[in-house]
Amino acid sequence: MPDDKKTLLELYRKMVAVRQFETMAGEHFAAGEIPGFIHLSIGQEASSVGVCSCLRKDDYVVTTHRGHGHMIAKGADLKRMTAELFGKRDGYCKGKGGSMHIADFSIGFLGANGVVAGGLPIITGAGLSIKLRKTDQVALAFFGDGACNRGPVHEAMNMAAIWKLPVIFVVENNQYASTTPMEYSCAIGDLCTRAAGYGMPGEKVDGNDVLAVRKAAATAVERARAGEGPTLLENATYRMKGHFEGDPQKYRKTEEVESWGEKDPVERFARVLTKKKILTKKLAASILKEVHSELDEALAFAQDSPFPAPEDAMNDLYSTMEGGSHA
Amino acid sequence: MPDRILSSSAALAEALHEEMERDETIFIVGEDLVAHAGIFGQFKGIPEKFPGRIIDTPISETCIAGCGLGAAMTGMRPLVDFHFSDFVTCGMDELCNQAAKIRYMFGGQVKLPMVVWCPDGAGLRAAAQHSQSLESWFVHMPGLKVVIPSEPADVKGLIKAAIRDDDPVMFFQHKKLFAKEGPVPEEEYVIPLGQAAVKREGKDVSLLCYGSGYYLCVEAAEKLAGDGIEAEVVDLRTLKPLDMDTVAVSIQKTHRAVVVHEACRTGGFGSELAARIQDELFDELDAPVKRVGAKDFPIPFSPPMEDFVLPNVSDVLKAVHAVTYR
Ligand SMILES: Cc1ncc(C[n+]2csc(CCOP(=O)(O)OP(=O)(O)O)c2C)c(N)n1
Ligand SMILES: [Mg+2]
Repeated sequence: MPDDKKTLLELYRKMVAVRQFETMAGEHFAAGEIPGFIHLSIGQEASSVGVCSCLRKDDYVVTTHRGHGHMIAKGADLKRMTAELFGKRDGYCKGKGGSMHIADFSIGFLGANGVVAGGLPIITGAGLSIKLRKTDQVALAFFGDGACNRGPVHEAMNMAAIWKLPVIFVVENNQYASTTPMEYSCAIGDLCTRAAGYGMPGEKVDGNDVLAVRKAAATAVERARAGEGPTLLENATYRMKGHFEGDPQKYRKTEEVESWGEKDPVERFARVLTKKKILTKKLAASILKEVHSELDEALAFAQDSPFPAPEDAMNDLYSTMEGGSHA
Repeated sequence: MPDRILSSSAALAEALHEEMERDETIFIVGEDLVAHAGIFGQFKGIPEKFPGRIIDTPISETCIAGCGLGAAMTGMRPLVDFHFSDFVTCGMDELCNQAAKIRYMFGGQVKLPMVVWCPDGAGLRAAAQHSQSLESWFVHMPGLKVVIPSEPADVKGLIKAAIRDDDPVMFFQHKKLFAKEGPVPEEEYVIPLGQAAVKREGKDVSLLCYGSGYYLCVEAAEKLAGDGIEAEVVDLRTLKPLDMDTVAVSIQKTHRAVVVHEACRTGGFGSELAARIQDELFDELDAPVKRVGAKDFPIPFSPPMEDFVLPNVSDVLKAVHAVTYR
């Protein structure tokens, strides 16, 4: 069944929200308000939004260091996300995690991960848990092309396949792992072909086409819910910004970046919706305005939230610590 | 009721039977568990009684640890069997970067009730890659708890506490002690984590030990009694949380301490404990704290060499004589 107008507009609104959140984060990082470093997903919004649009609130997701988009698409609260990026007390993790280590268990978002490929063993465990508890949830991992070359990916895919776990592996092939082009670190052209080595379906998707992503993800989710096991989806996309904010990007040419700019997933989807007469200039402007006002609220919330007290560093390590001391 | 005599293995299996009966979220996952109830037979009866709740995995230590993590985060209580403690190296990211940190870095949003069961220790001529005692690596990792029982009764009470605990627990059990027997209470009991046990009282020297080191100390204490030295044997049982109160009470009585463990001395738990004792109890001490541990070598294969590298009773005696010079 084709998506109705409301669904399509909601996809668009979410993509705009991710784009604008990332843009806002980049600006406030540059202004020195966000400590540490951040990895933006600008250019990859079709993947995060398209995939998560097929998930329920009680489905599980893990992501990477580049996970803001996935978290927003899964339904996270922008206020608490922003506060976490700012290192504030009212952030999701009370300022203990930051951009790379953020989670919201109330929406099944089991966490970003500072360790490349670190989420895959976890999502396999979540998949096993679903199977043992006999629910119809699914567990989905986002990871990068670079992550594909780490051992845990192999173990996770094999394990999920032999047990037919309800797991979906989504590799966002944005062509680079930090400074390293995908062709350099991988002897095959299409990462999705690795699926054959595990006896699971693998599909390459135009990762900048939100509807194509949504369609492929829907099939994978359906398969997983039906107990038919895991799927590997390769969303071919491009990271339009640096690896991290401030990346000098000497490893790629401006022309290359510009050529991908033409495939900008947000603009591209806007064109599709305009052609279908679903989106008008006026509607687009009002969606943008709505998103901005939400972000302004989130920003104000983050800026108003106090920093944690230094000794708050001593909370939340253990849930129980009978006897003895922490030392 | 009189205590029964059980082996450590039987005590473990009995505890797991009782816990798995009580709580259906508990399951066991690891390599080669079902056919022989674990490669040491440590899960006797469980594959028959709880089919589907003891799960064979491929040889994938990273993901085995991951199974524990992902399941613990989503409402289960996994016990992860690491086959040999030496292979923790293959799951180190999951244990140290993930398990130890998930609750903390996510601001306390989630509990992580998982037990990582690690058969460790030397003496079986299993050589360098199947004989290590690596507990101090994990003591150095905030977010993990570390438990090392010695006697069968401790195994039963502590594995129950570890399973019921809401944090990740590294549970080390010495392979050579699986068959060792001892009294185990008939009735239901749990030994809380963070409680050491004074297993032999004495006024002249405190022998602070755990795991296989405990048995060295018991034997040493017998011998010392013949020489008129009354050694107090304190079985630490959990290294994290550490029961420093019990250690302090003992040292306030004896004023002398020897830490005994099988792990190699440098950077071993004895170093940490000795440091804390001098820091917190300096005025109580009448002698420097001595450490007994393996020599700083990988465990060699050939019996005379393995025996040479491992600590033994005479090392404990020597250390005691060195601190009881007055
Ligand atoms: C195990 C590990 N190795 C290296 C790094 C450093 N690092 C962080 S992100 C990254 C590149 C990851 O590339 P990819 O998986 O393609 O994800 P992308 O950044 O493109 O989203 C590297 C090397 C890390 N965080 N973890
Ligand atoms: Mg990449």
